[in-house]
Amino acid sequence: MESLKIQEKAIEKIVGKAIPKPSNDQNTDDIVPARYLKEITFAKMGNYAYFDERFKDGKEVKEHVFNQPAHKGAKVLIAGANYGCGSSREHAPQALKRFGIDAIIAESFAEIFAGNCASLGIVGVTVPAKEIAELAEIAELKPETIFEVDLSSKIVKAGDKTVGFEILEGRRQAFLNGTWDAMAILQHNQAGIQATAAKLPYLKLK
Amino acid sequence: MRVLQTKGEGLSKNTLYDKVWEKHIVGILPTGQTQIFVGRHLMHEVTSPQAFEMLRETKQKVKHPELTFATLDHVIPTKDVSRPFKDSEAELMTKTIEENVKEFGIEYFAPKSGKNGVCHVAFPEQGIIWPGQLVVCGDSHTCTYGAFGALAFGIGTTQVSHVLATQTMAMDKLKVKRVNFNGRLQNGTSAKDLALFLIKTLGVKGGVGFAFEFNGEAISNFSMEERMTLCNLAVECGARSGYVNPDETTFEYLKGKPKAPKEDFEKAVWYWKQMASGNDAEYDDVVELDASSIQPMITWGVNPEQAIPISEKTPSLENFIGKAKEELEDAFKYMGLTPNQSLEGLPVDVVFIGSCTNGRLSDLQQAAQILKGKKVKVKTLVVPGSEIVQKKAEELGLGKIFKDAGAEWRNPGCSLCLAMNPDRLEGTQRSASTSNRNFKGRQGSPTGRTHLMSPLTAAATAVEGKITDPRKFLK
Repeated sequence: MESLKIQEKAIEKIVGKAIPKPSNDQNTDDIVPARYLKEITFAKMGNYAYFDERFKDGKEVKEHVFNQPAHKGAKVLIAGANYGCGSSREHAPQALKRFGIDAIIAESFAEIFAGNCASLGIVGVTVPAKEIAELAEIAELKPETIFEVDLSSKIVKAGDKTVGFEILEGRRQAFLNGTWDAMAILQHNQAGIQATAAKLPYLKLK
Repeated sequence: MRVLQTKGEGLSKNTLYDKVWEKHIVGILPTGQTQIFVGRHLMHEVTSPQAFEMLRETKQKVKHPELTFATLDHVIPTKDVSRPFKDSEAELMTKTIEENVKEFGIEYFAPKSGKNGVCHVAFPEQGIIWPGQLVVCGDSHTCTYGAFGALAFGIGTTQVSHVLATQTMAMDKLKVKRVNFNGRLQNGTSAKDLALFLIKTLGVKGGVGFAFEFNGEAISNFSMEERMTLCNLAVECGARSGYVNPDETTFEYLKGKPKAPKEDFEKAVWYWKQMASGNDAEYDDVVELDASSIQPMITWGVNPEQAIPISEKTPSLENFIGKAKEELEDAFKYMGLTPNQSLEGLPVDVVFIGSCTNGRLSDLQQAAQILKGKKVKVKTLVVPGSEIVQKKAEELGLGKIFKDAGAEWRNPGCSLCLAMNPDRLEGTQRSASTSNRNFKGRQGSPTGRTHLMSPLTAAATAVEGKITDPRKFLK
């Protein structure tokens, strides 16, 4: 493991203001509508984050949490259950990342989305519904509050409030040692890949 | 239930999932995740360009181009398919995938090749998907291939790059939930109704952390196309994968398909049978459902769980409080509906019959059964899932039935399912759609309204111009 440690990519802690958006079942079409996927790079995705909610008839919706000046520069998003359900489009977490979100605290995540976040270095952690409501309230009432999502201690701090979170242990380790983009560790075992392919009966069927 | 926190150390034993997973394990990664070999990697133009770019930047090749196949489906127009496409973004995406498959040596089902189509319709038609394979694609509806007894998962673009470069990916094992559908479907209902019933019953989070294994009399009697419709919708229930154990129906479908085993076919069938769940298989969870009680289903809200039997009314808000109530109120407001409202008779503006859920030949045959000799009252798009479906439908006279009924008989593509092409809703148009997602804005207008339903119900709705129980036409 030590040999695979990628120091410059290691993530121990995300520190910043938070955006409260605690509704359940927010899907990837909400996060980036499909008509903005017609691009061959992710470069502009940050502009499209929650586009249909943030802009109506070409005008900015001032009260939307992603538009409010008080939340400008936030690094943490607080969401409800089943966050990121729907399509597998990596454009969705790319949009959040490029908007500035480095950590998402949710009640739960849809699986493909959770995997996509992990491979982009977005820290996704879960806490129970009651704590989501409390953290969202802090971010709403005191938007200047600095949140700390600490992977070493598995604790979120928001002002005086402290909440323990859960995260798949493998993911936590991958963030801490900088291997969250699995490419390097996957390439490491070339012999194993060959061996598995060689003993898969169906690859030889004619 | 905090489902995402499962470590994937399920209780399942000797299920198809366990056996196929085991065969594909390369090793356990330092992070504790499993490195898993990918037997089939499928791609389309939307989620692949950034992955190829990454290969170029890091000077890597595609490790197993012979296990990789590509198609064009999301951005392709269904009306004017002449090149260059009028939409310059669509044209650029198309050129990009054409260049990528050429440079990296990947077989591509180009438009007008006779093989093109929506990925989850076109790849099975070529016999690419077999029981016991581990299949991935940068598309959430990849779970469709579970119909063959394959383990099939949707993945993101970074994972696409992992698979291109190493033919492997990092994954956690899922738990297995066996879903038994007892009894048989009644006349006027279909695999789509069964799937919507499942999602309504278990909820959109009901499958998170699980692969579904579909069993029971209803499923054994399903054709491959019906199984594909059901497995396609597993992800709408939160399950990353859903499968049916392979049987004679599966083998019969594969026999003679261009890329199915030929001289080794008998050997292949023997292997495929070994992969099916054993009689002694153990599951993490089991659900029993009655297929014979299922009515034609229709969604009223903004996610596929917000569904009702067509003869029932939209839910009342009385039993809900707080956040749950607010979310329902928001859904009603968006859809322009009220609690305790009957949907039958509700006028629609557009009918869409097609998609990776319901764009196969049998879906079009069901729609034609109702549309034959009648006229549609609203704009109706009938979009075949592939060039093969299109050709067969024309040979069988279905294309003529649709045109005579006043429907638009289009060329294959994802079309109005997600509006990355010219087909889209305008303003607050209400659509009766055989696709898979009724999310806000899904069909191209940020205020468009989608009701999901079966091809039978969509066809009946087209004839009446308002939401209609198809059983009225099936005496």
